[in-house]
Amino acid sequence: MQKSRPIGFQGRVKFILGGLLILAAVIYLIVSATNANAEYFMTVNELKSKGSSLVGRSLRISGAVIGDTIGYDPQTMNLTFEIANVPGDNASIEMGGGLAAVLHAAVTDPTRGRLTIVYNGPKPDLLRDEAQAIVTGHLGQDGIFRANELLLKCPTKYQEAVPSQVVNGN
Amino acid sequence: MLAQFGFGVFVLTFILALFSVGAAVFGYFDKSDRWVEAARRAMQLTFPLITLASLTLAYLLVTGHYELQYVYSVTSNDMPFYLKITALWGGQAGSLVLWSWLMSAFASAVTLRKWERDRELLPWVIVVTSVTLAFFLSLTILYENPFARWWQTTGGDFVPHMFAPAGAFPVTPADGQGLNPLLRHPGMIIHPPMLYLGFVAFVIPYAFAIAALVTGRSDDRWIRLTRRWTLVAWLFLSLGLVLGMRWAYDVLGWGGYWAWDPVEISALMPWLTGTAFLHSVMIQEKRGMFKQWNMLLIILTYALVIFGTFLTRSGVLSSVHAFAQSAIGPMFFAFIGITFVISIALLIYRWKDLRAEVEMTSMFSREALFLLNNLLFMGILIVCFWGVIFPLISELVTGQKVTVGPPFYLRANGPLFGALLALMGIAPLSAWGRSTFKTLGRALWKPSIPSAIVPVVLAILGVHNWIALVGFTLVAFVIFVTLFEFWRGVRSRQKKNDENFLVSFWQLAGRNRRRYGGYLIHLSMVVMAIGILGIELYQTTTQKTLAVGEDIQIAGYTLRYDSLAQFPYTDGRIVTRAALSVYRGGKFLSNLYPRYDYYTASGQPMTIAGVRSTLADDLYVVLVNWENVSAAQAPFKVYHNPLVNWLWIGSLMFIFGFLVAAWPQREEETRQGNT
Repeated sequence: MQKSRPIGFQGRVKFILGGLLILAAVIYLIVSATNANAEYFMTVNELKSKGSSLVGRSLRISGAVIGDTIGYDPQTMNLTFEIANVPGDNASIEMGGGLAAVLHAAVTDPTRGRLTIVYNGPKPDLLRDEAQAIVTGHLGQDGIFRANELLLKCPTKYQEAVPSQVVNGN
Repeated sequence: MLAQFGFGVFVLTFILALFSVGAAVFGYFDKSDRWVEAARRAMQLTFPLITLASLTLAYLLVTGHYELQYVYSVTSNDMPFYLKITALWGGQAGSLVLWSWLMSAFASAVTLRKWERDRELLPWVIVVTSVTLAFFLSLTILYENPFARWWQTTGGDFVPHMFAPAGAFPVTPADGQGLNPLLRHPGMIIHPPMLYLGFVAFVIPYAFAIAALVTGRSDDRWIRLTRRWTLVAWLFLSLGLVLGMRWAYDVLGWGGYWAWDPVEISALMPWLTGTAFLHSVMIQEKRGMFKQWNMLLIILTYALVIFGTFLTRSGVLSSVHAFAQSAIGPMFFAFIGITFVISIALLIYRWKDLRAEVEMTSMFSREALFLLNNLLFMGILIVCFWGVIFPLISELVTGQKVTVGPPFYLRANGPLFGALLALMGIAPLSAWGRSTFKTLGRALWKPSIPSAIVPVVLAILGVHNWIALVGFTLVAFVIFVTLFEFWRGVRSRQKKNDENFLVSFWQLAGRNRRRYGGYLIHLSMVVMAIGILGIELYQTTTQKTLAVGEDIQIAGYTLRYDSLAQFPYTDGRIVTRAALSVYRGGKFLSNLYPRYDYYTASGQPMTIAGVRSTLADDLYVVLVNWENVSAAQAPFKVYHNPLVNWLWIGSLMFIFGFLVAAWPQREEETRQGNT
């Protein structure tokens, strides 16, 4: 292996500049993609308190499905239901006696904050009373949440790690 | 009885692994070959022992010993035999056992030779592999014991425990819960072991790297010695990822193959550093450069492998409860932290010895382009890592949970993958050392001309998406460059040796397997890129509730709903199967049978798509989960996935290219043996 002549300061600057350029590009990509695609994880109450400032933002809301409110038209595949507020952090869920108990309490308490969800797509069969729904979508001006993704968990059922069911929207 | 036996064997193996660490360290500092030899023997003995314990566990799984909590949680009476075997890695405890077993197998294999010429490396290779093995064994013994059995306490609770808690009496359930339905797939036989093979095999080059750092050998012996291990690790990791994609495509029923969820990303991250490593070690072998960088890459790969194992363990990520309750999380973080800090400290200690033998002179030389390739892989790694940790960071800083989904990864990684494609085309044409813009340009113009025609033709054919135009142009460019390279090599051989074209081709690839195998792998990557571009940019979907006899249209196809059948299956699921016929332009093409399986024992449904696959596109029909089924009408979701088959074709080409690149080369071996 022959020793080549050192490239000197000027040569090195070229490489450092090139490296910085790539680094800047990667940072730009990360920042712009994060800004454009961040999804805010919220409870129903947090959403209600922030209100219309969130209109248009990509949101992910978790809540307890209220069985009586589920409405579904199989022809148009329009699905609506309401979710009730459940606490977002695990500590309060543990304190409330586990996920199943917390979901039950949320559904039976009429004073809880509620949110109407609209979704177009087949009705998942895990969508039932006291299931945990995690919906991704946007809040409309009318206060109705339009979901394009619907994820359901039934704590009383299969206790596995994989989410029971994922339904992707259009 | 058998359970206690299996547990005892694990404890014994753990002690043996610790002994082998101690003996190797002592042997190295005491310059005692006898102690190093003792360490080696102890290390090799772990393999038959873990094999024995694993076979014991397999026997307990197959014979349905539901008194054991692990057996109870992953098997049931109605499961077929092959799934009972795969249940060995169907849960957390079992897959840690599989990890340990593979680790001991690889460590034993690599220490079968006594490494006469590289004697000083041996004790440290033993130390690294034994420490890793001991860590996983300790998890098995202390936290995730597959041999723990059920006890009923005086309070009436059922608890899993190895030994009887005070006042508790043993209980034996009549049947188990059975494996998670998502895992009841033939893919289960091969996908997790492949991924694990890849993960564990990367420990071997890492062990040699650390050995080289400790002993202060700054040459590239550690790379040459572990070249084949690295390749094998990379092959299995790649196959594990592709098989996972295929499994997701077949089983999950959402029309895609890759969802950018943290578990997938955690398996992708070591692949990224591993691929960068695979490229940059060539520069160290050829030019004596990038020594520090290669060390950093393999250290990162090892850390990411352990991190990936930790994340892919079911229960850790999606169920936050399991994470909080299991001591396994902190243990993993501690282990990753400690090994990473020690490795980096060693690297800093040897930093000056690892300086490049030559300096990089030109930005257009092949080594500069390899560096660029590495930086792009690192860029993708940073994007992925950011996506995984971003929710944690934002919650810490702002108190607000924020996540990023697939659009984030696609947008941030897309340009980086595009740049990698371009580089795949340019790099083979560059020269080592002094290559200028001019010389590179001269090599580039020939394959550039046919590539420039591609976007024009595509635009005339009606492709107007600029990402597609750029993507397919780059794909064409890489294909032309690679074919051009083959042609150039064959021509010069032909002229020299007066052979016919095919003989020349065979000889050429045979003599430079690494190079031409590498080109074939590049080709396979761009073929996969065709499939990815097709499905990512042109997937269309539609959904409709159909009555029998009604039809639904998508991308020129007509699907008619013919009938519905519902029947129980032997393994305890109820299958609901729809029959559809596919027409195009009034001509009958085929029948599709999307299914909906309901596992009565676990209450978990599963959706299996009906797929018609051709080279041009896939028609992917899902019978959507529904309630109050009536045969008269059923909801369907249909996906049209253009070109996606090329993803799988590319994967097969990848294996072929790999075999060409890694097939043992007789001449090379003897030459190396003589030096």
